[in-house]
Amino acid sequence: MPDTMNPIATPLAATLAREISGVIGIENLKRLSGGASQETWAFDAIQGDKAIPLILRRAPGSDRDKNTTSAGLETEAALIKLAGEVNVPIPPVRLVLKAEDGVGRGFIMDRVEGETIARKILRDDEFAGARPKLARQCGEILARLHSVDMAKLPPLRLSTAKSEIEQYFQAYKTHNHPHPVFDLAFRWLRDNLPDETPRVTLVHGDFRNGNLIIGADGVRAVLDWELAHMGDPMEDLAWICVNSWRFGNIDNPVGGFGQREDMFAGYEASGGDKVDPERVKFWEVLGTLKWGVMCTTMVMAFKAGDRSVERATIGRRSSETEVDLLRLLAPLKKG
Amino acid sequence: MQEQPSAYELVDIVAEFIRSTAMPQLTGHAAFHALVAANALDMVKRELKILPRATDEEMERLRVLLGHDGALEDLNRELCAKIENGELTLDTAGLADHLWAITITKLAINQPKYSGYVRALEEGYGT
Repeated sequence: MPDTMNPIATPLAATLAREISGVIGIENLKRLSGGASQETWAFDAIQGDKAIPLILRRAPGSDRDKNTTSAGLETEAALIKLAGEVNVPIPPVRLVLKAEDGVGRGFIMDRVEGETIARKILRDDEFAGARPKLARQCGEILARLHSVDMAKLPPLRLSTAKSEIEQYFQAYKTHNHPHPVFDLAFRWLRDNLPDETPRVTLVHGDFRNGNLIIGADGVRAVLDWELAHMGDPMEDLAWICVNSWRFGNIDNPVGGFGQREDMFAGYEASGGDKVDPERVKFWEVLGTLKWGVMCTTMVMAFKAGDRSVERATIGRRSSETEVDLLRLLAPLKKG
Repeated sequence: MQEQPSAYELVDIVAEFIRSTAMPQLTGHAAFHALVAANALDMVKRELKILPRATDEEMERLRVLLGHDGALEDLNRELCAKIENGELTLDTAGLADHLWAITITKLAINQPKYSGYVRALEEGYGT
């Protein structure tokens, strides 16, 4: 669709012209992805003979998303800035939209060159040199991310292990279809609930292969801050190890590209707390179960009228997490 | 009731039609969704082949674990409740075997290429 036919093109160009000196217009506006409540657009701002590659993260309309787990786009922008201040690689935020801009809610950030598609990162020669370094880099980045000064954080929900378990247990019960392996996992989590975290930190909440921009040199930016919250920092070290995010490379637990030991070493060397692998395992079980319950909510969406073949079949992916849970909780052989 | 062609054969020929006739004439999103649809029919084929016997075996194990007969869904709800309240645990004879059996059956139908399933078979499931 030509830019001129897109209703956000004109107010977006006017906003950029007002906020970034020398910008005279925008080009190549293109929707990348997003659901009903949040969109991601790529475009170039034209500044003299230069094109600045940018990304718009936007929620249409002016109402705040009522989804309780979502931090909100203004909060996301604030978190990206704070993370950048402690040297987490992030896409620099150019501006946060105001109501009078007429573009909706959201923010504009730099478009960082690189790859986010996990299977390409794990397969293509271009990333062969980066892959062995990624696990350690992820540990280093998470240590810095968890060092963000809590006093500077925008209002965020606090989500402890206990509250996460209850939240997903309710979601499972709402779906109301028996999954005995899920009940086993919920029971195990309640019986093995670790002591409260010695340190509550900023938690990214969706730090995994697929949400990182990777280049030949390694991690270039951490994306998707939508699920950020305050909680146990070990949650982030575990989520990237959930088997669903290894994309088939089961023997490389960290994102399909590396070993836990390398990530833990990078974490500790960059100022992170000493890692307790048992605590990380607890969060990996919880993370695996969370993704399984999310898949069953796709079944509910399908039955409620979202009738696409893709939506229908993703519901059955919950069984993938069931085999992962059994391998964690009732292994066939030790080791 | 037995009818010919069987349900399996009907689903099989529809999947073949989608792949060899419909898909080549489609582009973009429609082609992608046709592939997803054909893959879904493959899932149905595997279910038609695997599920009848697997369900008989599941029922038999549930009767032993719970000590009585009932409808499949009711027995499964009771099983879930007893795992949730701690009455049945991994130390209960037969529970781990049962959970493994239903899970292996699900994966054999839903996603036989999934890494965790392939690894479970390598780790000696069923041997």
